[in-house]
Amino acid sequence: MKTDTADPHTADRHVAVRHTADPRGVLTGIHFMDGDHACCEGALAAGCRCAAGYPITPSTEVVERFASRVPTVGGTFIQMEDELAASITLQGMVWAGAKAFTVTSGPGFSLMMEHIGYAAMTETPCVFVDVQRGGPSTGLPTLPAQADMMQARWGSHGDYEVIALCPNSPQECFDLTIKAFNLAEEYRVPVMFMMDEVVGHMSEKVVIPAADQIEVVPRKHTHKSVEDYLPYGTNGDQVPEMAHAGEGYNFHVTGLTHDERGYPNMTLPVQDKLVRRLQSKILNAVDRITMTEEEQIEGADVVVVSYGITSRVAQRAIEAARERGLRVGKLRLITAWPFPEKKIRDLAGKVKAFVVPELNLGQMVREVERAAGGQAKTFAVSHAGGGVHNPEEILKVIVEASRCQTI
Amino acid sequence: MAKGRVSIVVERCKACGFCVEFCPSHVLALSSAFNSKGYHPPHVVHPDKCSGCDLCGMYCPDFAIAGGKVDEAGVPVKKADAAKGAKK
Amino acid sequence: MSDDLNTDILNPVEPFLRSDRVPHIWCPGCGIGTTVNSFARALIDSNIDLGSLALVSGIGCTGRVAGYVKLDSFHTTHGRAIPFATGLKLANPKLNVVVYSGDGDLSAIGGNHLIHAARRNIDLKVICVNNLIYAMTGGQTAPTTPDHSTTSTNPYGVFEASFNLPHLVEAAGAVYVARWTTFHVRQLSRAISEAFQKKGFSFIEVISPCPTLYQRRNKMGDGLDAMKYYKEKSRVRHGAPTSEVGMTMTGEIIVGKFVDRERPDYQTMMKAQFHESLGEKFVEQTEMVCS
Repeated sequence: MKTDTADPHTADRHVAVRHTADPRGVLTGIHFMDGDHACCEGALAAGCRCAAGYPITPSTEVVERFASRVPTVGGTFIQMEDELAASITLQGMVWAGAKAFTVTSGPGFSLMMEHIGYAAMTETPCVFVDVQRGGPSTGLPTLPAQADMMQARWGSHGDYEVIALCPNSPQECFDLTIKAFNLAEEYRVPVMFMMDEVVGHMSEKVVIPAADQIEVVPRKHTHKSVEDYLPYGTNGDQVPEMAHAGEGYNFHVTGLTHDERGYPNMTLPVQDKLVRRLQSKILNAVDRITMTEEEQIEGADVVVVSYGITSRVAQRAIEAARERGLRVGKLRLITAWPFPEKKIRDLAGKVKAFVVPELNLGQMVREVERAAGGQAKTFAVSHAGGGVHNPEEILKVIVEASRCQTI
Repeated sequence: MAKGRVSIVVERCKACGFCVEFCPSHVLALSSAFNSKGYHPPHVVHPDKCSGCDLCGMYCPDFAIAGGKVDEAGVPVKKADAAKGAKK
Repeated sequence: MSDDLNTDILNPVEPFLRSDRVPHIWCPGCGIGTTVNSFARALIDSNIDLGSLALVSGIGCTGRVAGYVKLDSFHTTHGRAIPFATGLKLANPKLNVVVYSGDGDLSAIGGNHLIHAARRNIDLKVICVNNLIYAMTGGQTAPTTPDHSTTSTNPYGVFEASFNLPHLVEAAGAVYVARWTTFHVRQLSRAISEAFQKKGFSFIEVISPCPTLYQRRNKMGDGLDAMKYYKEKSRVRHGAPTSEVGMTMTGEIIVGKFVDRERPDYQTMMKAQFHESLGEKFVEQTEMVCS
């Protein structure tokens, strides 16, 4: 699995000291645990000591474990009265100085949308975990789906960008949760951690390394004086420096369109400047943020694009197809958003077709098709959710895709 | 000699009339002058009656007026340092 | 005419304002600014360390207070100032956290959070400016709008019973409940100071005029007329049973300190519980600041 390591582009923005995990939160060792539990451990390893949650299947175990762990490592968990509260309580925790997250599934994710937008607008670094289940509405509380992928990107109103990660194993639930917190701090953005019920509830070996092996990105805290500090000022760097309540900066934060002082300024030029920066701070960094796992892309006729639990089922289908002599590449999206458009566009010029299996009726496949720009065909392998694909279903489409005429 | 005096920030006033109404000594009245927004700010009509109680300041929703005590020479008497907490 | 006459008299509220944003957007005769004067004086009298004070507001006219005060201030989403404030307080218990918001924001969309924070006795000071209406959006019915009032969404008159906020908050568990009006500037200031001395969920309701919408639509004059009405019709009844302090359109306004009781706050109870259950294994929350 590819995991991002120290990035030379961002190294100069942080103090030269390499930040590693606080050992008090790291459960070093070899464990047998499910994805939900591993996600909790990832959060603790990342330095997260605060969470606000609300119970919802199949995510609840994450915060149940957190509730049990934090009083022994020094932190706070509060179960709020609803997801509307949880999704903003965690942001209060962030502005007081903590790293914080919340965990939910479909119906709760929908409730949290306003506050995901608030986090994007106020540039509050935080993590929202969505352990996806069958939908829409109450749907299938205990069964998997991957049907919140578009919602993760577009769920709140207005123009904004998020980062979304898709783990495909309990080990990745640990590793990538740390990555999610790191990305949140680096880009001052809410990060969507898109698990699914299978990854959340499957138990596998999870190796938690020593704390000094775990890289952690600290809060981008200002060193400026009170007089010079501008809460949303950027010096060429697209990400402003942050201050916390109680440090004497007397700053103002608002969800209204605001200028560099953080003051509401509801005029066209300020709106344009702000919203474009919220977008460009992520899109200009697509190459640094994107994580994929690629296999036998060179010379492939068909590339299977998948993510989350589906990628593991797809692996079976890909291997079966290769046994039949087909040239099939694998592209696993570890980051689903920002979508790696350029990568797909470049590939589209070289392959016949993309096959995109997902536990939904076609979501990320639309992005693949859009990015392919007509240069290659795109085949969806849809699934209404409630279980994983039968590898045969995916194999069938790979075979069909291989037979299609090159564009 | 008046025990107090008021300060008026004319441009902030919206002529709500609270200060005129609630001054216990009826020191103020709305003037016929205009500020740049077209409001009639108050003016002092009975300066000798001002006690410096600052009720006008407490009522003003626009932070446009403040009252304070002055000594025999008419110099403002320093209140307990209000701005202390506000300094960084 | 010179702008400032005799400017040697310092307005005690001035150091607390973001002067570059004044004049503010509130209407002539709106009482919100008056409540800010009382708030500022309470800060001075209580000797609060402003460096560890955070103010959180929601959406609405009163919600704009956050933008005018020179403090760490957060203008959050509609109805959610209390949970945001809860997050601040939990992650940094040293903060003094004030929630400053309106009746619609706190008791309608924010009602659930209001009652739970009171139940938990989270250490927050909530100043609820109640102008009996949704003012910012143009004068719609709020849960506090008195019976028979005219609003834009009840153009033929409100026929719903309105909330008696002190009663609601007392029942939910608040340890300090008071109501004043914008006429009672000194008493309000004192109440806020008292709330600062108290650990737990404090709720101070301030009845305030909305001249542009509530007063005008109900042909009750302007802001000054409302203030005169408060002066004439208020009755101070400290310790009155909150069940008796409901408001009507033209009736008495019962004001005073209704509830002042002792109950351990959320964080005190949390620590006690962890000490009891975990003993030595309990690690108290350390400095949260991550940088």
